[in-house]
Amino acid sequence: MAQLALKAVTKTFGPLQVIHGIDLDVRDGEFVVFVGPSGCGKSTLLRLIAGLEQPSSGQIVIDGQDVTRVPASDRGLAMVFQSYALYPHMSVYKNMAFGLENMGLPRAEVELRVTRAAATLRLTDYLDRKPKALSGGQRQRVAIGRAIVRDPKIFLFDEPLSNLDAELRVAMRKEIASLHAAISGTIIYVTHDQVEAMTLASRIVVLRAGRIEQVGAPLDLYNRPDNLFVATFIGSPRMNAISAQVVAIDGGDAALAFAEGQTLLLGNPGGRLAAGDAVTIGIRPEHCDVVDTGAVDLAVRIDLAEQLGGETFFYCSAPGIAELTVQESGQLLRARGDTLKLRFRRDHLHLFDANGQALAHGAAAAIAS
Amino acid sequence: MSLRSALTLRRGGHRLHWTDVASYAYLALGVVLMFGPVLWLGLSSFKTQAALLEFPPSLLPTSQKQVSVPGFDTPLPLFSVTMDDGSTRVLAQVRRVGLQAQMVDPADPGKTIRVALDKRTPLRETAFAFSNYTEPLRQFDFLLYLKNSLFVTIVATLITLLINSMAAYALSIYQFPGRNVAMVGIISTLMIPITIILVPVYLVITWFGLVNSLWAVILPGAATPTGVFLLRQYMLTLPRDLIEAARMDKASEWQIYARIVLPLTLPALAVLAIFSVMWRWNEFLWPLAVLSKSQSYTLQIGLNAFQGELQTQWNYLLAMTVVTMLPITLVFVFLQRFIVAGIANTGVK
Repeated sequence: MAQLALKAVTKTFGPLQVIHGIDLDVRDGEFVVFVGPSGCGKSTLLRLIAGLEQPSSGQIVIDGQDVTRVPASDRGLAMVFQSYALYPHMSVYKNMAFGLENMGLPRAEVELRVTRAAATLRLTDYLDRKPKALSGGQRQRVAIGRAIVRDPKIFLFDEPLSNLDAELRVAMRKEIASLHAAISGTIIYVTHDQVEAMTLASRIVVLRAGRIEQVGAPLDLYNRPDNLFVATFIGSPRMNAISAQVVAIDGGDAALAFAEGQTLLLGNPGGRLAAGDAVTIGIRPEHCDVVDTGAVDLAVRIDLAEQLGGETFFYCSAPGIAELTVQESGQLLRARGDTLKLRFRRDHLHLFDANGQALAHGAAAAIAS
Repeated sequence: MSLRSALTLRRGGHRLHWTDVASYAYLALGVVLMFGPVLWLGLSSFKTQAALLEFPPSLLPTSQKQVSVPGFDTPLPLFSVTMDDGSTRVLAQVRRVGLQAQMVDPADPGKTIRVALDKRTPLRETAFAFSNYTEPLRQFDFLLYLKNSLFVTIVATLITLLINSMAAYALSIYQFPGRNVAMVGIISTLMIPITIILVPVYLVITWFGLVNSLWAVILPGAATPTGVFLLRQYMLTLPRDLIEAARMDKASEWQIYARIVLPLTLPALAVLAIFSVMWRWNEFLWPLAVLSKSQSYTLQIGLNAFQGELQTQWNYLLAMTVVTMLPITLVFVFLQRFIVAGIANTGVK
């Protein structure tokens, strides 16, 4: 069990800088998820922590010890690879025992630890099998077993569920969550799937192009994204981003024009808005209410309706808005071509400036209109 | 698929297409070209020296029939003789005098018959001269040469596998500047024929005092560019994740090499082992240069002893060539599936 600190870590491959000065503290027992689109450097960052890559500058500190120049084999970490990386010529038992043998543990201890891990992961019946005789989920469990027998300081997971089918992915996600509860180890987990990030993490690190965009608990990121990137990346379906322009400032209020002729009257956050400013309104699909009467913010045309039974998705457009997603709970029978009258929930509106930085979240920005 | 159905396969339907005929003719030509000389060698190895030098040559080993006749110490050769009255008789020849032969009837040895040479034709029979095999084993130190050859082949192959796999490991698993230059350097040595470096390598061997030692045969060729290339290409296809997983598992480089990479490279190692066994077993020029004492001869050099300046004992040479071919043939028969699998896996996956 251990803490980890990254201090101004950078990584350059030839002329290409992929990690731009990352600072991060991971506390003991925390489940930290690195999430971001592909190419954002999240896997590279994990490999830097593992010691499989050398940082170009900066420090990596584990339990107060600078391990920047310590080789991977001596850092006392365990990693679960996306491809599982099971040794194909060894049985399940040998796969799990290999690391322990390399640590020089006595045979009885090795056997004890492997059988205990196998029991936890329901692999006892498969110990004599070779990896190719196992299903995807079993291979995944062997890969995890190989990590937990070592009792490492930190577990590193590199997109461990991306090779599994959807159903198995959900099952394994639960297993990893209960595993973390059982062993209470420090886990760093890389994924591009924000659902995995939301469900597993105690803290999420959102990365983009080698920089940290935001660090925080899943719901903090969801409710109070620092910028438009985090806002649209976290949450599924993604948040609608509507371009708007400040047309008038009236005392504490700002009038925003959007979608060719629509106007939204909001509180001016901290008086930072001036007439003529370009802003982006962020509203999540589940916060767009379909209304029949009363005040309507926007009328849209349905391009595609998806009925999932428990909920309904409408992919819509309106003049000046190429795409707008609406999520309704339950079954709302509307078809392609129908018009939906929408009202945005004021306490869930987000406002971003021209650079994509958040100006206001929710109620603070909302006034009656 | 049975042999019969394999040999009567046709293109598409049931009718014989002209391409079937062409394919079978081409394949038959291939069989004759590849297998004919081997068959000729095998059959000839059972011929006596006299039968080998006969013209026209025969495919099967044959010799003249002989018969023991009472009153003569040695068996006499049998001939079919056309008598003056046109009848044909089988007679044994006692001796030749000028253009006449003195012959006797084996059933009536008392009476000598004179026959003109052109009236008789030798009676032949198929006879395998097994002495071609048994004689050299007694005269020629076959077992010693076999032992030397086995030692060279086995030890050299083991060293080749070890050295080549370590070089291939370094050139495939590690990323370092100059890696490709080193690889190209190794490959380019393939362009230098052994005859060019024979003398310098001989000088090195002399300097080490290894002349006439089997190590002189083994060491210079232990690292083969072909082997390094073959193994490296195979190792490049191993997933990098495996190596990194082993590093995370606290494995040292030696453990990664011995416990992860080598077992997974087994198909390529098998191919290289087969090649190495064949090269070493059949190697001739270099052993001939460094081995001059008969105690250290390998089989191939030993065989050379049958080939004198004035006379070549073809019958023994051929018989012993067959013997030296047998082990390598067996190795190939049993391991050829590895060759196919190994070479197929070396390329793209």
